[in-house]
Amino acid sequence: MKRGLLWLPFALFALLFGVVAFGLKAPADRTIHSAMVGKPLPDFALPGIIQTKPGLDSTLFHKGKPRLLNVFASWCIPCVAEAPQLMRLKMMGVPIDAIAIRDTGPAIEGFLRRNGDPYERIGDDKISAVQLSLGSSGVPETFVVDGQGKIVQQHIGDIREEDIPALLAALQGAQ
Amino acid sequence: MSLSHLRHAGLVPASIVPQGSRPLRTRNSGPRNKSGVTAGIVLGLLLATPAIADSGLPPAALANTQLHDPALEAKAQALMVTLRCLVCQGQSIADSDADMAGDMRALVRQRIAAGESPESIRHWLIERYGDYVTYDPPFSAVTAPLWLAPILLLAIGVWLARGSFKRRKRT
Repeated sequence: MKRGLLWLPFALFALLFGVVAFGLKAPADRTIHSAMVGKPLPDFALPGIIQTKPGLDSTLFHKGKPRLLNVFASWCIPCVAEAPQLMRLKMMGVPIDAIAIRDTGPAIEGFLRRNGDPYERIGDDKISAVQLSLGSSGVPETFVVDGQGKIVQQHIGDIREEDIPALLAALQGAQ
Repeated sequence: MSLSHLRHAGLVPASIVPQGSRPLRTRNSGPRNKSGVTAGIVLGLLLATPAIADSGLPPAALANTQLHDPALEAKAQALMVTLRCLVCQGQSIADSDADMAGDMRALVRQRIAAGESPESIRHWLIERYGDYVTYDPPFSAVTAPLWLAPILLLAIGVWLARGSFKRRKRT
């Protein structure tokens, strides 16, 4: 018994060493996933940000057809990178609405002129209030919402070509 | 001092620190050849301008303005130091200059001013972001070791001390 106990500090050290080595090999994922996935979309009503498009109301997501909700901003560089993929989704007939975070009308108009306009509606969220209620922690993020107003998936970061099949599958599954 | 602070102060070129207080979400683009990387870094240093990773909008009304009622402000402040800034991740929203932290402070002050209790606001945020958002983690299966380890270690310490004292008495 006593002899065995002698090895205890060494065993503890080996355990700690193992934990640290594992942490070095597989760094922690710092992405903050929204806890709202699987829950109903919070109620909100945002005014429009540009003249040519209506604002965004959460009742729109209860009309029986799944939609994408894109959280973006004109000052966000990865949002420029994902713009072509959103245009592709639009061409495939996916309805996309957006929430513009901390933005202005002229800046959004310029962004849409330069990068294309995949959006049906754009809501103006000047103080990130709706973004916070969605559990979103940055731009860009895209939520898949089914026709009954339930959030079924969250895509964090810019949408890339390889992400399209998963998004389409989520939209299909939400039918 | 974190790198993102350096970037805001304009000390480090944006090409080296692409992370603003809003994260620029990038993934690894795979290996590149070495001289290309060096040339890229040199070119980046020469052409560096601060990346615009923050909005140009002024902060929300209550982001940097205290509530008129000192008692309510104290309540809001006490809550804000225990809420994590989601973009800086190591700071509380009371400490952070990030746009989103400002918007979260505005949210806290608005709700406190409207008469909501701090615990209900914390609960609202946990519902959206998980326990990660609070610096005061609730007791759960995941946090159990955190709360129980000190008690366990103390018990081991007492046991060890008892052993040593006994031995001294005998000799």
